[in-house]
Amino acid sequence: MALTKADFAERLFDELGLNKREAKDMVEMFFEEIKGSLEHGEQVKISGFGKFELRDKSSRPGRNPKTGEEIPITARRVVTFRSGQKLKARVEAYAGAE
Amino acid sequence: MTKSELIEALAKHQPHLAQKDVEIAVKCIIEQMNQALSSGERIEIRGFGSFSLHLRPPRMGRNPKTGESVALSKKYVPHFKPGKELRDRVDASREKCKIVD
Repeated sequence: MALTKADFAERLFDELGLNKREAKDMVEMFFEEIKGSLEHGEQVKISGFGKFELRDKSSRPGRNPKTGEEIPITARRVVTFRSGQKLKARVEAYAGAE
Repeated sequence: MTKSELIEALAKHQPHLAQKDVEIAVKCIIEQMNQALSSGERIEIRGFGSFSLHLRPPRMGRNPKTGESVALSKKYVPHFKPGKELRDRVDASREKCKIVD
């Protein structure tokens, strides 16, 4: 079971008293703002969570793993996420589900 | 963009909410993500991406100062996989704008 936008909105409704519409819009806009910023080349740093970074990759030779055929991987811009100290520490403390 | 700039931008979009309420909402969303990941739960946001944990197996490390070997136990680290929409939008901007902080 994974956490989804609906779960975030539900919590904003339950705990903050936003109405359903406001809660849904808030969650939608939260992720849209981050996407918009990244789309404009601007990296996003959320203190207490982590940083969304951008990286320009130059083209490199690649291979179709199934056929072994060589196909070049084109130059591209990618998003990477680096978790902050606080999140890292909390996740490290997770022992795993057994 | 920083968290406070994100809060400002959201407040502009929701002018009927007080900035303070937007701030609380943003903190609530972030805390929920932190809680989910630190209890091993995945986060899946359509069009944005998914967060999950990756296992780092136990290994022998070294104290860089003394050169002494130390046993490091297994641990989990957060991992983000951008969704298709985010990947495409970011890649499309490659030739239009430079990367800034």
